[in-house]
Amino acid sequence: MEENTKLAQPVIDSKIPEGPVAEKWTNYKAHQKLVNPANKRKLDIIVVGTGLAGASAASTLAEMGFNVLNFCIQDSPRRAHSIAAQGGINAAKNYQNDGDSIYRLFYDTVKGGDYRAREANVYRLAEVSNNIIDQCVEQGVPFARDYGGLLDNRSFGGAQVSRTFYAKGQTGQQLLLGAYSSLNRQIQMGKVKSFNRYEMHDVVMIDGRARGIIAKNLVTGKFERFAAHAVVIATGGYGNAYFLSTNAMGCNCSAAIACYRKGAYFANPAYVQIHPTCIPRHGDKQSKLTLMSESLRNDGRIWVPKNIEDAKALQAGTKKGSDIPEEERDYYLERRYPAFGNLVPRDVASRAAKERCDKGYGVNNTGQAVFLDFSEAINRLGIDVVRQRYGNLFDMYEEITDVNPGELANTINGENYYNPMMIYPAIHYTMGGIWVDYELQTSVKGLFAIGECNFSDHGANRLGASALMQGLADGYFVLPYTIQNYLSDQIQVPRFSIDAPEFVEAEKACIAEEERLMAIGGKRSVDSIHKELGNILWEHVGMGRTKEGLEKALVLLKDLRKEFNTNLYIPGTVGEGMNVELDKAFRLQDFITMGELIAYDALNRNESCGGHFREEYQTEEGEAKRDDENFFYVSCWDYQGSDEVAPKLIKEPLHYEAIKVQTRNYKS
Amino acid sequence: MWLTNSSVGRKVVMSVTGLFLVLFVTFHALMNAVAIVSFGAYDKICEFLGANWYAVLGTAVIAGGMMVHIIYAFWLTYQNRKARGNDRYAISKNWKSVSWASQNMLVLGIIVFCFMVLHLIQFWAKMQVPELLGEHVMNGKFYLQAVFSQVWVLPVYLIGFAAIWFHITHGFWSAFQTLGVANDKWICRWRSIACAWATIVFVLFAVEAIYFTWFFAC
Amino acid sequence: MANMKVNLKIWRQAGPKAQGGFVTYENVETDSDTSFLETLDILNETLVEAGEEPIVFDHDCREGICGMCSLYINGHPHGPATGATTCQLYMRRFEDGETITVEPWRSAAFPVIKDLMVDRNAFDKIQQAGGYVSFNCGGAQDANALPIAKEVADEAMDSATCVGCGACVAACKNGSAMLFVSAKVSQFALLPQGKTEAKRRVKAMVAKMDELGFGNCTNTGACAAECPKNIKLSNISRLNREFLCAKVSD
Repeated sequence: MEENTKLAQPVIDSKIPEGPVAEKWTNYKAHQKLVNPANKRKLDIIVVGTGLAGASAASTLAEMGFNVLNFCIQDSPRRAHSIAAQGGINAAKNYQNDGDSIYRLFYDTVKGGDYRAREANVYRLAEVSNNIIDQCVEQGVPFARDYGGLLDNRSFGGAQVSRTFYAKGQTGQQLLLGAYSSLNRQIQMGKVKSFNRYEMHDVVMIDGRARGIIAKNLVTGKFERFAAHAVVIATGGYGNAYFLSTNAMGCNCSAAIACYRKGAYFANPAYVQIHPTCIPRHGDKQSKLTLMSESLRNDGRIWVPKNIEDAKALQAGTKKGSDIPEEERDYYLERRYPAFGNLVPRDVASRAAKERCDKGYGVNNTGQAVFLDFSEAINRLGIDVVRQRYGNLFDMYEEITDVNPGELANTINGENYYNPMMIYPAIHYTMGGIWVDYELQTSVKGLFAIGECNFSDHGANRLGASALMQGLADGYFVLPYTIQNYLSDQIQVPRFSIDAPEFVEAEKACIAEEERLMAIGGKRSVDSIHKELGNILWEHVGMGRTKEGLEKALVLLKDLRKEFNTNLYIPGTVGEGMNVELDKAFRLQDFITMGELIAYDALNRNESCGGHFREEYQTEEGEAKRDDENFFYVSCWDYQGSDEVAPKLIKEPLHYEAIKVQTRNYKS
Repeated sequence: MWLTNSSVGRKVVMSVTGLFLVLFVTFHALMNAVAIVSFGAYDKICEFLGANWYAVLGTAVIAGGMMVHIIYAFWLTYQNRKARGNDRYAISKNWKSVSWASQNMLVLGIIVFCFMVLHLIQFWAKMQVPELLGEHVMNGKFYLQAVFSQVWVLPVYLIGFAAIWFHITHGFWSAFQTLGVANDKWICRWRSIACAWATIVFVLFAVEAIYFTWFFAC
Repeated sequence: MANMKVNLKIWRQAGPKAQGGFVTYENVETDSDTSFLETLDILNETLVEAGEEPIVFDHDCREGICGMCSLYINGHPHGPATGATTCQLYMRRFEDGETITVEPWRSAAFPVIKDLMVDRNAFDKIQQAGGYVSFNCGGAQDANALPIAKEVADEAMDSATCVGCGACVAACKNGSAMLFVSAKVSQFALLPQGKTEAKRRVKAMVAKMDELGFGNCTNTGACAAECPKNIKLSNISRLNREFLCAKVSD
C-alpha cells in the first residue's frame, strides 16, 4: 500500500496538524496565522452558493470583517437545497444522558463512513458540532423542545444514542433560514454583496492561484467577472447526474467541475449515497424523486412478503399490502440486523431493499418498492401519537400517491393492519467531491470547497443528520479560521482588476462555449439526453456495480457525449435575456463528465464500502467487503486537460490513530 | 408621522375611526328604538341633541372621524391598487374563509356614505342645522312622519342598513386585528362578536324603519 | 393512475418590459399521478422538440419547502390544493379535458421576469432590514442555558415555517406582504433571543415593506387562506401589536 502511494505522484499534502487526534484542532487554532482586523477590510472573498455551508461561511467571514461576494443560482439565498433536509442535525451534547460524547460521535461517523473518512477532519467535525447547536439557538432557530423548555432529541440511523436536534420535519429549513438571517444582517451592513440568479461558469486563475470567477447573470444572459483574494465554492453535490434524485431541479455540479478542470482534484466520486426511504418512481414522465424523512424508520417497519406468490400478487395488483398477515411478512432488516433493525445506516438499508427486489420480492407494479409499515406503531401508540410524529409526512405521502398510511385497511385475526407506505432507494447525497486538505483548501491555491461539494468528512457513507452538521461546521467554525492561514500572506496583494487578461480570456471562453452549444443545431432536447445519462448511471453506476457494467458505462458515456456534442438542440437566443435550456445544457455537459468520473472511480475501487458496492466484492451474506489492504486511501482524480482524456488517479493514504479499522457490524 | 406614512399606522387610523363610528351607529340605533316605545321620549332626545354645545361638539367629532375614515379609505385603496400592479388576474377566486364584505369594503362604504347623505338631508339638515341657524324646528316625530310616510324610503333604507351590516361584519373585527388585540382564539371571537353586533344594529334599524313606515304610511 | 389530457392556458411574456398574453396549449398528455410541474415539463419537452422556447417558471426542490415555485393556477396561488405549493399539486386535482389557466404572481412589487417567473427580491430586502438576531458567530452560550416553553417554541416554529414564496402577496387584493413580514416578526418576537431588538426590527421591516411598494393590509384573510404553509392571521395581529407598542414607546 505504501508502495502504491509512492508511485502515484505528486504526493498529496493534507496538512493534518501534529498531535493526538483530540488535540489537532486546538493545536491548529493555536498556531495558525491570523489576519488583523484592519487588513481583513482589504481582502475580498467570493463564496459561491448559499446553502448551509455557503450562507454560514459568507455571513461569518463578513462578521469577521472580510468583504464577501456571495452568489446563488436561485432567486434568493434562502432557496438553496439545504432547505429540504428534513430529519435533523447531530451534535454530541449528550443532553439525553445516554452516554454520548465527542469521541462517540466521531467514532460513529467514521464507522458509518465505512472507515474511508479522514480521521482528523471527522474529529474536528464532532468537536464543533456542539457549537453549531449553540449558534443556531442564539440565531432564533426554533428547535423542538420538551415541556421543561430544554432541547429535545431524536435517534437516527447508525447511532445508538439520541443526538439529533430537530425542528419538526423541517430542520434543514430552519437552520438555513438561521444562516440566511445572519447573511441578511451582513448584506444590510454592506459586508456581503449578494448576487441572486447568478451561475458560476469558471474560476479565474492568476499566477496559479484562484483569483475570481466568471458568473452568468441568468436574467440578462450575460457573463460578468468578479475578482477576489480567495474563492470558496459551496455548491453542493452531483446527485443530479443521475437525472432522477432527491436533489432540487437546479442542483448541479458545474462549479465543482469547473474547479476540477482548473486543477482541483476530485476525490472519491464513486461514493454516492442512495437514500432508502424515497417514494418509488411511477413512470418515465417523472422529473424528480421525493424523499420521505429517514425519521420514519424510527417507528416504521420495513418488509416484503415472505412468499414469492404474495409478491407476484402485489406486483399484479391483485393483493394489497394490508392483505398480508404478520406471519407472512419478512421484516428483512430486523431479521438480518437484529441490533440496529430498521435503523441500520442508509447504504445498508438501501442495498437490502435492492437485494429483496432483485430476488423478485418487490411490492409494486415495477417490482422496485418495499413496504414501510406503521401498523405496529399505530397499534402500540395510537393513531394520534403516530400522526403527531409523522402527520405531515403521511399527508405528503397521500398527496403524492393517493394512499393514506394512517388509514385502517384490514383486520386479520383481530389484528389491525394499516395501509403501508411504499418506498425505494434513490440517489440522495454525494460523499465524494472536490478534494480538500485539513484547511478545506483544494489542490488549487486560494480555492476552497465546503459543505457537500467537498469530500472530506463522510468517508464512503454519510449518516443521517450529519450533512447539516458538516455544512454548518465548515461554514461557521472551520473555514473562517483556516482561510486566514491562506489570506495572512495575501494582505499585500492589491485587488485584481476584472480587466486583467486572465479575466478577459476566461469570459471569452465562456461565451465561445455557449455559442458552440447553440450552434450544434441537432434534434434532441437537453432533458432527453439527461434522462439517458441518468439511465446509464443508475443501471451501471448505481447501487450495485460490476467491472463489466462500469466499463460498459464508460463506453456509453463517451457515446452520449458525442450525441450531446452533435445532436443537441437549444431553442432561443444567446446573450439576450434568460435562456433556461442553454443553462441546462451547460450543466448537462458537466454531468456527463461527472458520470465518467464516478465510473472511473468505481472501476478503480475493487472493493465494496459504504455507498460504493461492487457486486464482485461481497461476503457470502451479501454484505459489503472492504479491502483495507489495497484501498485504504482517498482516490483523487486529476484532470488531464480534456474531458475526452481519462483523469489520472492520485492517492491520499489514510492514517488512523484513534480508531481501529474493522468490519462494520450492525448485526450485534 | 407614522399614522400617515406607515401602512400599519394608516390602518390604525382606519380602525380607530371605524370603531368610533360603530359606537355612534349603535347609539343611533338605540336612540331610534326609543321612538317605538314613546314618541314623547324620542322628542326629548331630539331636543337634547339640538343646538347645544355638547351636541354640536359631538356632531363635529363624528363628522371629523367620518371624514378621516373616508379620506383614508380612498387613499388606502389608491395605494393598494397601485401595489397590485397594472396587470390583473384573468381568473381570481377566493376561499370561503375570505368574506365577501372584506373584499368589497370600499364599495360598501360608498353605499353607506350615499345612504348617509340621503339620511342627513332628510333629518339632520332639517333638525340640527336650522336650529343652529336659529330657525324654528318641529319635534322629532314630525320629521319621522315626513320621511317614512313616503313608501320608497323603506327599501332604500333597508339597502343602506344591509350595507352597514356587511361593512361592520368585517370592519369591526378587522379593527381589533389591526390594533393587535387578537390572537388565534380572539380572531374567531371578534369575528363572531362583529357578526352579532352588526346583526343587532341591523335588526334595530330595520325594525324601526319598518315600524315607522307601518305607523306613518299605512 | 389514469391517463389525462388537459388544455393549458398559459401567460407568455418574453421579458420584463414585453407585452404578455395568454397562449393555450391543447391536449397536453399527462396522468393523474404526475405532478402539475411535471406536466409543464412534459409540455416544455414538446415545445423544445417543436423548436419553440419552453415556458419559463420558477421551481427547484419540488418538495414544497424551498418556496421557489409560484404560479396562479385557476384563480388560486399554488392552485386548488390548500396547504400545498404548486410543486406538490398532482393532476388528480383536475378533470380530464379541463382547461387550466396559469398566470404569474401579479403584484407591483413582483415584476415579471419572463413568462411565469417573477422577481421576488423585495422579500429578501425586507428580511435584510431586520429579519435577524444581531449576533456574531462564536459568542453563543450553551443551547440549554435558556429554557423556552414548549408552547412558545412551537408557536415560533409555526411562524418560522414560512417558505417566502409570495403566495400571500399574490392572493391579496391589496398586494400586501403583511403575512410574510409578520411571520418573521412573530418568530423573533416570541423567542427570547429575538426580544432584545424586537422594536427596532418591527419598525425597520414594516418601513422597508412600505418603501418597496407593497399594499396596506385590510385583513381580508386571503393570504392565510392561500398560504401553502398555513401561516396564521394571528401573526399579523402580533405584528400590529409589536409595531404599535414600539411606536407608542418611542
